[in-house]
Amino acid sequence: MKNKLHLNCQTSALSELRTFLHVTLSEVQLNDIERHQVTLAVEEVCANLIIHSHSCNPKERIELEILKNRKGVIFEITDQGEAFNLLDYDAPELKQVVEEKRKGGLGIILVKKIMDEIEFESKNGKNICRLIKNFPA
Amino acid sequence: MLQLEKQKKGKNDLLRLIGEVDASNSLILDQAIQELIQAGISTLLIDGNKLTYISSAGLGVFMSYLEEFKEKGIRMVIFGLNEQVIEVFKILGLDKLIPLVKDQAEAEAHCHEE
Repeated sequence: MKNKLHLNCQTSALSELRTFLHVTLSEVQLNDIERHQVTLAVEEVCANLIIHSHSCNPKERIELEILKNRKGVIFEITDQGEAFNLLDYDAPELKQVVEEKRKGGLGIILVKKIMDEIEFESKNGKNICRLIKNFPA
Repeated sequence: MLQLEKQKKGKNDLLRLIGEVDASNSLILDQAIQELIQAGISTLLIDGNKLTYISSAGLGVFMSYLEEFKEKGIRMVIFGLNEQVIEVFKILGLDKLIPLVKDQAEAEAHCHEE
């Protein structure tokens, strides 16, 4: 299983990411709906990094590694930009998103609802965001 | 890749989404909806039969117009979404804010019932 992907920091790389996840996750014990959701959550985190931490600079890159163990799948997203710790951001209320006509914030809600665990680590200029999806019991 | 098709049928304006909406192309969707509002539509039917994927960038576009639609009395209904995409709307609770129906006939009926 090819489990590592480098993405250039441009939004056009997101479709490449989905294609990679589609192939890689086809060997994983999740159903179609779960696979779709996990793909979405990983994309949301990568899109956030590409747009906010790297200002869509295609010369910069982020790295995704997919690891599998008995319990589930782990998506490890590494970058060297300004740290964006998902856990520091409260998911906004949906009502708030509508009233303030915000276009952001929804991605964070999705990631937090879809993934079972989120870990964030930042050291020596390197940020690692770990998204964990458990296999159904 | 995202392709948009507009169609006018009587009082209804139809916007067909073909492909995937993500952060690279959600602006195109935003512009299309803005143009429709400027043209003075009253009913917007979104055809999602060929929409295979939508991320928060695209969902955010729909969300950002909900208030304006309410103020201007514009009705929006989305129809034909596949099961995977519907689930994404449901995770966010968007199915409570935007009517999601099965097909175009149901969408038209929904818009014109009082």
